[in-house]
Amino acid sequence: MSGPSHSSAPPGAQNPRNVYDGQATTLDSKQTRSPGVQPVIAVRQLTKYYILGQTRVPALRGVTFAVNAGEFVAVMGASGSGKSTLMNLIGCLDKPSGGEYWLAGTPVSTLTSDQLADIRNRRIGFVFQGFNLLSRASALKNVALPMMYAGLSPTERERRAHRALELVGLASRAHHTPLQLSGGQQQRVAIARALVNRPALLLADEPTGNLDSRTSLEIMAVLQTLNQHGITILLVTHEADIAAYAKRQITFRDGRVLSDERNGAPRDATADLLRVRQRSDEPAPQRQARIREEPV
Amino acid sequence: MSTPTTQQDAQTPQPQGQTSRAPAPQKKKAPAHRGLMIGAGLESGWEALWANRLRSLLTILGVIVGVAAVIAVVTLTQGTSELLNSRLTGLGTNVLTITPGSTTTGGAAGGLGSRQSLTEDDATAVASVPNVTGVTPVITVSAQVIASGQNWNTRVQGVTPAMQQIQNWEMAQGAWFSDADNTAGTPVAVIGQTVVDNLFTAAATEPLGQMITIRSQPFRVVGVLKSKGSNGLGNQDDVIYIPFTVAKTRLNNSQYVNQILAQVNDANNVDGAQTAITTLLEQRHNIAAGGQDDFQVRSSTQFVQTAQQFSTTLTLLLVGIAAISLLVGGIGIMNIMLVSVTERTREIGVRMAIGARRADIRNQFLIEALTLSCAGGVIGILIGLIGGWALTNAFSLPFIASLPWIALAFGVAALVGVVFGFYPAIRASQLDPIVALRSE
Repeated sequence: MSGPSHSSAPPGAQNPRNVYDGQATTLDSKQTRSPGVQPVIAVRQLTKYYILGQTRVPALRGVTFAVNAGEFVAVMGASGSGKSTLMNLIGCLDKPSGGEYWLAGTPVSTLTSDQLADIRNRRIGFVFQGFNLLSRASALKNVALPMMYAGLSPTERERRAHRALELVGLASRAHHTPLQLSGGQQQRVAIARALVNRPALLLADEPTGNLDSRTSLEIMAVLQTLNQHGITILLVTHEADIAAYAKRQITFRDGRVLSDERNGAPRDATADLLRVRQRSDEPAPQRQARIREEPV
Repeated sequence: MSTPTTQQDAQTPQPQGQTSRAPAPQKKKAPAHRGLMIGAGLESGWEALWANRLRSLLTILGVIVGVAAVIAVVTLTQGTSELLNSRLTGLGTNVLTITPGSTTTGGAAGGLGSRQSLTEDDATAVASVPNVTGVTPVITVSAQVIASGQNWNTRVQGVTPAMQQIQNWEMAQGAWFSDADNTAGTPVAVIGQTVVDNLFTAAATEPLGQMITIRSQPFRVVGVLKSKGSNGLGNQDDVIYIPFTVAKTRLNNSQYVNQILAQVNDANNVDGAQTAITTLLEQRHNIAAGGQDDFQVRSSTQFVQTAQQFSTTLTLLLVGIAAISLLVGGIGIMNIMLVSVTERTREIGVRMAIGARRADIRNQFLIEALTLSCAGGVIGILIGLIGGWALTNAFSLPFIASLPWIALAFGVAALVGVVFGFYPAIRASQLDPIVALRSE
């Protein structure tokens, strides 16, 4: 419906990105519906070698796949399978030894380190296993940090950081430091930080690795909700029951794609969470309900 | 929102009423990138330093000491030279002081003035030198003075009435003794305020017309001098002036004088008069050209110059010490910044991952080092000013805060931060984000 109106937009604006328009609870996803649009991630024959002394150790041996806007992909594999290397390459933290990588239509392989920094800043949101929040700064300041590097005004940073925290249900904890938050809350702050610059891609590296199973469910529920809002997510995990919440699973072994399957019936983390809570006779999960009820 | 998503790229939810505002704010971001980093860097730098308050304070101690030393010394020397300048008038303007040279007894040189070479006749001869407007020979003795049951040890000088003009003395009471008194050898005295305080104030007697006894000789007080205060070298008011002839016959009994003071009519003629007097006295004392003079002629300006040379030497010495202190302080800052970079490697990795450029990381740590050294500079300036104030107070000198020096000290402190913060900052910015993220 909105495709034609955007056909004259400059190439940069053609990217299939799910862009927040500043109202954190709403998403502008019209471009994702444009026909013939580039995938968010497109890698072709991607290789990566590490030089150890005299020998070249292959970490990725030619990987080809594409992720479209709105997908929720779990990248699986044992340690040493190349999934971390892939993560670093997809996240523009590292440069490939060979092959090509387009992020939202931009050929990333050839960019300078400053250009990569800007790509990481605006096109990619990182969620780490260890949360990686700045311990001295409040949740609000942590969330506002990427916007500082994007050069937004302080008032705009604060406004959008608040919205992002609302989105993950932590508006009331905006002025708490990470040490005053639980692990699950910290990870949700990290997710808010990842989303605040309206990235094309949310890159989550073992986001539940440091959390117990119930908090893991909470985080997966947040990610699923965000995905339903149109955000493209690439989740790296080695846990099959976490990968079960994704809509697609790519499995790596020895630096190659072993399998790439659509998950026809992904598990519903919010429903699972409700079940767990009802079993332990807890009050209804307020926060999750709130996210689901956000007008979209 | 409730639409079930079954396809990857199709079924994304439809925003309500927001369709018209999409990429516009995205494009406005870029131009603002650089300028906004300074404030943010200051904030994060301050947070990091505040989190390690004690460590930060210890780190900047070297800078504090260096800056404080400079400011304190500069305050002290500025006060000294200010005082010297203001006392130039007190010493008498355009005054040449002629003192005997030093004695040499068996190869051991005595102090300046230890030799007896100047006579009253020399003073008379000096008076005939062109541009010299007033001359007095001076005989100085230290003597016990008694009046109205009090006694006091003071400096008694035998001078001619020209002394009043030469040293700019104003009278509080009475008048200076006359030329006639001097020629006749009348035993009269003009006394300074300190002498009045010690001899007459206790007895509540008016000093004018009273008799005082100097070395058993009676003198009548004919004048009281207005107070001049201390000149930093001694109390100028602790003095009694008596006619030269009286001093010569009754107190000293010698043909030699301790000093000759000569006033020149204009500052521009001082150098010429100095040369003329030197030549004249060399002739009178039969000293061949190039021979060793048995006297010395100095202008009051030269006294000040000598004192200022001393204070310049002192300044240079302490500025040197301060420079070393700043160097050590700078190394301290570099050391702590390197520690900080190592400690916060993971933070650097996170910042890089969320979009910090290498220059952003470099600037962050540069600003942190700069914050450190500037804080050291400010604290040092405050301590230096307090110290300088205490010192000038202790020596009763005027307190002058020299703005150029404060600015210079602060600038050097800031420079130390930049210079010694640069290497750690570069190291931080060159970290590999992957390695940095993995570090603990």
